[in-house]
Amino acid sequence: MTNKTILDIKNLYANAGDKEIIKGLNLTINEGEVHAIMGPNGGGKSTLANVLSGKPGYTPTSGSVTFKGKDLFSLDVEERANEGLFLLMQYPIEIEGVAFITFLKHALNAKRTYEGQKEIDMPSFMRLVRDEANRLFINSDMLKRAINAGFSGGEKKKMETLQMAILQPTLAILDEADSGLDIDALKIVSGGINNLRDGKRAFLIITHHQDLLEQIEPDFVHVFAGGRIVKSGDKNLALQLEAEGYADFIKGEKC
Amino acid sequence: MVQKPNIEDLSGDKYKYGFVSDIEVETAPKGLNEDIIRLISSKKDEPDWLLERRLRAYRHWLTMVEPKWAKLTYEKLNYQDLFYYAAPKQKAKPKSLDEVNPEILKTYDKLGIPLKEQEILAGVVAVDAVLDSVSVATTYRSKLKEMGIIFCSISEAVKEHPELVKKYLGLVVPYSDNFFACLNSAVFTDGSFVYIPKGVKCPMELSTYFRINAQNTGQFERTLIVAEEGSYVSYLEGCTAPMRDENQLHAAIVEIVVLKDAEVKYSTVQNWYPGDSKGKGGVYNFVTKRALCKGENAKVSWTQVETGSAVTWKYPSCILAGNNSSGEFYSVAITNNFQQADTGTKMIHLGQNTTSRIISKGISAGFSNQTYRGLVKIAKGATGARNHSQCDSLLIGRTCGSHTVPYIENENKTAVLEHEATTSKISEEQLFYCRQRGLNEEQATQLIVSGFCKEVMQKLPMEFAVEAAKLINISLEGSVG
Repeated sequence: MTNKTILDIKNLYANAGDKEIIKGLNLTINEGEVHAIMGPNGGGKSTLANVLSGKPGYTPTSGSVTFKGKDLFSLDVEERANEGLFLLMQYPIEIEGVAFITFLKHALNAKRTYEGQKEIDMPSFMRLVRDEANRLFINSDMLKRAINAGFSGGEKKKMETLQMAILQPTLAILDEADSGLDIDALKIVSGGINNLRDGKRAFLIITHHQDLLEQIEPDFVHVFAGGRIVKSGDKNLALQLEAEGYADFIKGEKC
Repeated sequence: MVQKPNIEDLSGDKYKYGFVSDIEVETAPKGLNEDIIRLISSKKDEPDWLLERRLRAYRHWLTMVEPKWAKLTYEKLNYQDLFYYAAPKQKAKPKSLDEVNPEILKTYDKLGIPLKEQEILAGVVAVDAVLDSVSVATTYRSKLKEMGIIFCSISEAVKEHPELVKKYLGLVVPYSDNFFACLNSAVFTDGSFVYIPKGVKCPMELSTYFRINAQNTGQFERTLIVAEEGSYVSYLEGCTAPMRDENQLHAAIVEIVVLKDAEVKYSTVQNWYPGDSKGKGGVYNFVTKRALCKGENAKVSWTQVETGSAVTWKYPSCILAGNNSSGEFYSVAITNNFQQADTGTKMIHLGQNTTSRIISKGISAGFSNQTYRGLVKIAKGATGARNHSQCDSLLIGRTCGSHTVPYIENENKTAVLEHEATTSKISEEQLFYCRQRGLNEEQATQLIVSGFCKEVMQKLPMEFAVEAAKLINISLEGSVG
């Protein structure tokens, strides 16, 4: 039995600014699968996350990407989000004066409106947020603070994870989810992510080392170098990379 | 994603309160001369002393020229082509809301201020509703009366409390003050009068809803608030106007006198018609607002959310005469399309240990232009005076302008003056973050703007804050594409 395809990337070329970074990338992600993309720093892994989510400045030049059967690049940033594409950001930005909980309510209601549902009532919303926040050891004071303002690296990632838990995406792209985390925060964040593994939701984990993958076990590991995937395997590939480094894989690939 | 300015779809065309209510208007002929002033005065059955004041102001006005120093460009007004008097026709003064013209009540319903409801919600808000120039309904007066509080129209105050009006009217803003104030002093038709006796804390927010209604009628409101020793009052002013093509002139005066240990909070939500997306029409708003902290420890604060008017010229000010008195100015001003605003405050420190605080948040979008113009003056005798000013500007898009012009005049070396100013744009990173979480660009902008204004919005009374937040969103509609 084959699972439904969530994301299908075919021969993708894309630029960051004027520079071509993605050069002929192919990747298929099915329902319930956890894919890890590994590769050296500065190799353009984050560019992939930015192109997929539609960040300004990142432009696909050729190839195709379908998301849940739709042409991804015909969708606006917010349409992609409301269709269920979530990007857990490496450096989430601050927004002065906007309480995190207010933002979260707007985000959830945007999605519900997009899906033709009524906006959530306040008591249900508060219950939902409280439950999810508890799991991530986020106290209620944090929820009232302005978005990411003065948050530590760990706090930012916890808040990103909380948003993911509330928004229940179809595909979660985690861009260096472990950067800036100490081991305790890493366990909390990866625990939160593991909680969301339900056999349907798909994950694309972008990371440059093994730590996160010890917590979140991937189904597939891909080595990204020179703008494309140069080798794919199972979780053992990540261990091999950890032991031997990337050098053997990126030989002959410009990066 | 490319951000495209979408000027076809701007807020002016969607002006929510753009309707004209069908009320018979009794109007004096167009133009301004001594006869018109005599007519206004006699219509209002005024005493001679007031007519004399009006005429004196008018004669002085003839010698004045319209100020040009503000960063505003607008078609020159023909003062002879305006009506200076229009009053809703009513047989006798209504004793209760039931006697008020149902058309007028409907008008307020559309604005979301059902008087009926307000009456039921006793003890929350007292409304001295002003439609055009004459008060049509006043509620809660009897309750306030028991406490000795006077809250009525200026016309009534002239008749019933002439000694107070004579003593305080023009004390803070003399007729010779400036061109528009002088015009107002000559032709003002109505407005509100508030008097809080010694030691009385007014138990409810007092509010007046202004509404410009009759076509081509200049609005010359006159508000006078007097807070006696140790008293307190919070006053709300809210404004909406119907849609119209001709420019409408509004030149109001608000005077506040705060005596020893008294406190007055004055909050405004202003959303007069800003003109359409092409810059056609809209209200000209040339207002003089000033408070005098006459006694020791007197406190006054101006809080305003301004989204309306085509042209705004407005500097709510505080004269801090009493020792230890304090003045505050909190402002959010939003301009979109072709709106222009030259606005700010003046803090005049005369007494010792006087303090003032200014927080101004300006948001410009579309092709609008906004100037913060503020004066902080420390007089020789104002030993130990302190001021903190913070002026932040937020730009949306590439075609708007924002300017900050702070004037500081210090004659006392013990003064402590702090001034901070920032200008920023909504960053692409912030927009992307919001959009990645499902908000569209407009929702994202509104959210970021609300965060930017939060410090000021928190100063508004609760019931006003909700309306103000809605207004901000309405005025930014279409500012991003």
